[in-house]
Amino acid sequence: MSNFKENVETRYKISNLWNVVFTTATVISVFMLILLLLNIINGAFGYVAIKNTIEPTELINSGNLDELNEIQLIELLESHLSRGLIRRFNFEKPLKERSNTELMNLIFERIIEPRIVKSWNLKESILEKNSILHYAEKELPGAHIQFRAWLNSNFLIGSQASIPELAGIRTAILGSLMIILLTITFAFPIGVGAAIYLEEYSVDNMFSRFVQVNIYNLSGVPSIIYGLLGLAVFVRGMEPLTSGAMFGYGDPTTTNGRTVLAAGMTLALLILPIIIINAQEALRAVPQTMRQASYGIGATKWQTIWTHVLPHSMDRIMTGTILAVSRAIGETAPIVVIGASTFISVDPSNIFSKFTTLPIQIYQWTSRPQPEFRNIAAAAILVLLILLLAMNGFAIFTRNKISNNRRSN
Amino acid sequence: MTEINIAWYKIRPKYHESIITWFLQFCAGVSILVTLGIVFILGKESLLFFREVSIVEFLTSTKWQPLIEEFGVLPLLNSTLTTSFIAMAIAAPLGLFVAIYLSEYASERVRNILKPILEILAGIPTVVYGYFALTFMTPLLRIIFGQNTVDIYNTASAGLVMGILILPLVTSITEDALKAVPYSLREASYGLGATKLEASWTVVVPAAFSGIAAAFILGLSRAIGETMIVALAAGAGPNFTFNPFEAAETLTGYIVRISGGDISYNTVDYNSIFALGLLLFFITLILNIISRKLVKRFQEVYD
Amino acid sequence: MSSTMELKMHKEERNIVKDDRKMIVSLKNLNVYYGNFHAVDNVNLNLEKNKVTALIGPSGCGKSTVLRSINRMNELLPETRVTGEILFDGVNINNPKIDAVAVRRRIGMVFQKPNPFPKSIYENISWGAKINGYKGDMDELVEKSLRKAALWEEVKDKLKQSAMRLSGGQQQRLCIARTIAVEPEIILMDEPASALDPIATARIEELIYELKKNYTIAIVTHNMHQAGRISDYTSFLLINEDRKGHLVEYGVTDDLFLNPKDIRTEEYISGKFG
Repeated sequence: MSNFKENVETRYKISNLWNVVFTTATVISVFMLILLLLNIINGAFGYVAIKNTIEPTELINSGNLDELNEIQLIELLESHLSRGLIRRFNFEKPLKERSNTELMNLIFERIIEPRIVKSWNLKESILEKNSILHYAEKELPGAHIQFRAWLNSNFLIGSQASIPELAGIRTAILGSLMIILLTITFAFPIGVGAAIYLEEYSVDNMFSRFVQVNIYNLSGVPSIIYGLLGLAVFVRGMEPLTSGAMFGYGDPTTTNGRTVLAAGMTLALLILPIIIINAQEALRAVPQTMRQASYGIGATKWQTIWTHVLPHSMDRIMTGTILAVSRAIGETAPIVVIGASTFISVDPSNIFSKFTTLPIQIYQWTSRPQPEFRNIAAAAILVLLILLLAMNGFAIFTRNKISNNRRSN
Repeated sequence: MTEINIAWYKIRPKYHESIITWFLQFCAGVSILVTLGIVFILGKESLLFFREVSIVEFLTSTKWQPLIEEFGVLPLLNSTLTTSFIAMAIAAPLGLFVAIYLSEYASERVRNILKPILEILAGIPTVVYGYFALTFMTPLLRIIFGQNTVDIYNTASAGLVMGILILPLVTSITEDALKAVPYSLREASYGLGATKLEASWTVVVPAAFSGIAAAFILGLSRAIGETMIVALAAGAGPNFTFNPFEAAETLTGYIVRISGGDISYNTVDYNSIFALGLLLFFITLILNIISRKLVKRFQEVYD
Repeated sequence: MSSTMELKMHKEERNIVKDDRKMIVSLKNLNVYYGNFHAVDNVNLNLEKNKVTALIGPSGCGKSTVLRSINRMNELLPETRVTGEILFDGVNINNPKIDAVAVRRRIGMVFQKPNPFPKSIYENISWGAKINGYKGDMDELVEKSLRKAALWEEVKDKLKQSAMRLSGGQQQRLCIARTIAVEPEIILMDEPASALDPIATARIEELIYELKKNYTIAIVTHNMHQAGRISDYTSFLLINEDRKGHLVEYGVTDDLFLNPKDIRTEEYISGKFG
């Protein structure tokens, strides 16, 4: 007894101190997520100062275009725009056949040309509203201040443009979706097939052990290495196939193989190990008794797998696949390496098209120094995150539901 | 006649099954093809590269300037390690603490809230973290340490944000390791009059040591291979510096920048990114193998 | 406390034990709940100083739960509630104001499955002493504890070796040594030999016989013969129709085995159920 010092109180003090440390660490982690999201929202909304290139008052004294008739409007256009441009407009639709509203829109877009000259993020817009207004009055005469959601419908359906406020992400969204569809088409059957082989067919021999170790190692290979693989094999090595030249799709701009097809195959290889590992876990969760029951009735191995094992594990396999695919949607590095086109305004029409993706646009816009590009990058991130959250949330929700059901059974 | 029919029925299902088996085996084989493809491609292009550049120069020179034919990997490797170690300095302690909190302290309810949050954090694409580094972390560092000390592009910002990126990975593997320690060991500690901290810190954590080490090594491997954060925030242009507030391009950052343009094949530039890729592949492969070995050893102790 | 049942119990206790002061632990109206489940119903039980008290009964009767209440191990499980008094040296330790950590050093516990720490043999013994602020000579304490646990001769040359490499029986004696090292007054043993082979079991039983010179021991056992061999007092627990565990009979071991007062005790010890 005497050898033991009464120390419980000190020990509790230390214990409580560390309890605070552990809790703080956890709070910090959660705080990071919140900060990350707030930072993006901060960039995607806020005040902008818009200035007209030519003020309406310079076109007509009253500044009110409504007072002008059709002929005067066309005159205005012809006097302010180059002849080539007028010819192009006439070619699209003769100016004389256009309605007044259409003409006024044209004047607005081409002559008055309102441009964002400065933008503020959400935090500044809320906390420093007055100084923003004051600054604009002093430094930006003639500009008017307006609250702008950079994530808006025009942004979603618009195509690429070199001016941030006019740029949209339709092309990028289409590119992302096409690539993902291709990725699933390649990776899902091969991944699930490999998992079935490893779990149901393979005996514990050198080959299967080697394949298994190999899959684990592949899942740890940095994604940029897959980009190099895709660049050398799909873009360069299989150029006739991936550019579509083999099938007579020889679009002269894409004969270099940097196409949707090459990107889809690259990402398929990237998520293949993840799909295999997830599917293996799903198959392992199928009780052995189910297989025995099927064999007992006289089913062959494949009949057993096809009619019992796969249906029973399909929900888990799908969950794992969704998680893998959502990883692929967000991948940037390998796509950059295989050479996504950073500026294309034409939507990808088939698998041999040039493409851009959402993450590529985010990367491109973020790396530009102008703050307005950061704003549209933030808006594009919001779109990407909403897409991913929907997918991940669905997967996690299904998984929890499954595990709850299994537990209650 | 009937005999032939019986024989026909006997053979057909086998034929059918063997095609399927063959196909499934092919699927499993694809993963080996991928590995072979990676090794072959990286190896082949690297060989071409090392025909132009000596391995000694590659590994020892502190200058990477393709324009004047200087190909020393050290500046790129150095900044890769700088960002990765800064990331680990964040993710290792934080990940361990969060994992201890989740596995030893948190109630079921709190855990059910926190785990999905960490999964969300893990599911955010890395390019988004890159945006975060550039638009939040860098300005923050410049406010704290001064505009003159901290460059617009710097490895510190990239490293710190990378730490947040790998935090969920480190946390979840560490937590798995802690959870795998049998409850009986905690009971034994409490039975001897231990506080929760003493049981967690001096019994459970040491017992899960190899699992935790595996988590850290895997985290490090992820950080070394991470690309988009460094591509956006660490700066373009190799720079042999130990100052984390200076811009310095990493291995992955360089590969992305060079291949992002229209790179022409059969040039030293083209070959060089594969040589760097090969180096990256080996570093991460070795780390991953060590990590798996540790996990296996850990699993064997408690099986 | 006012029910007639209570009074009857006290009277019975007085018949068995003449000197009340020898009682180092007294459980009074002990109830344990796991969430809504009432696991242990109103158990009254005494542990006499330097004696071995066995708790027997079929599995699920709550004997382990009763044992684990004594050093407040139950509260580590979520949603567990223990009511009633646990008097230890006259102090009710089932009280949030009494520190469970301090209680557990004085009331040690040995578990069903040997659970040595994945550390060296030496560290297994020294760990508990170290955290509890032991100031004396650690080598001496390790040797003393291992000797008391009859393990010293077998391990004295490999103290640095991992405890995981010992045999099951050795591991369990190490766990006992580890418990002794923090100098508890009471050792609670939860089926300490159930995972061991007969020879290792015999060694543990010999050890328990030795240990009671210095310690008070409460042991849960599945094995009635073991209870008969090693214990001075035996209590028999059973679950009733509501699946609540309750105390059926408590007495001097020989009395209980030879002249059970309750028909259920008789049936159990004659092997009719359990």
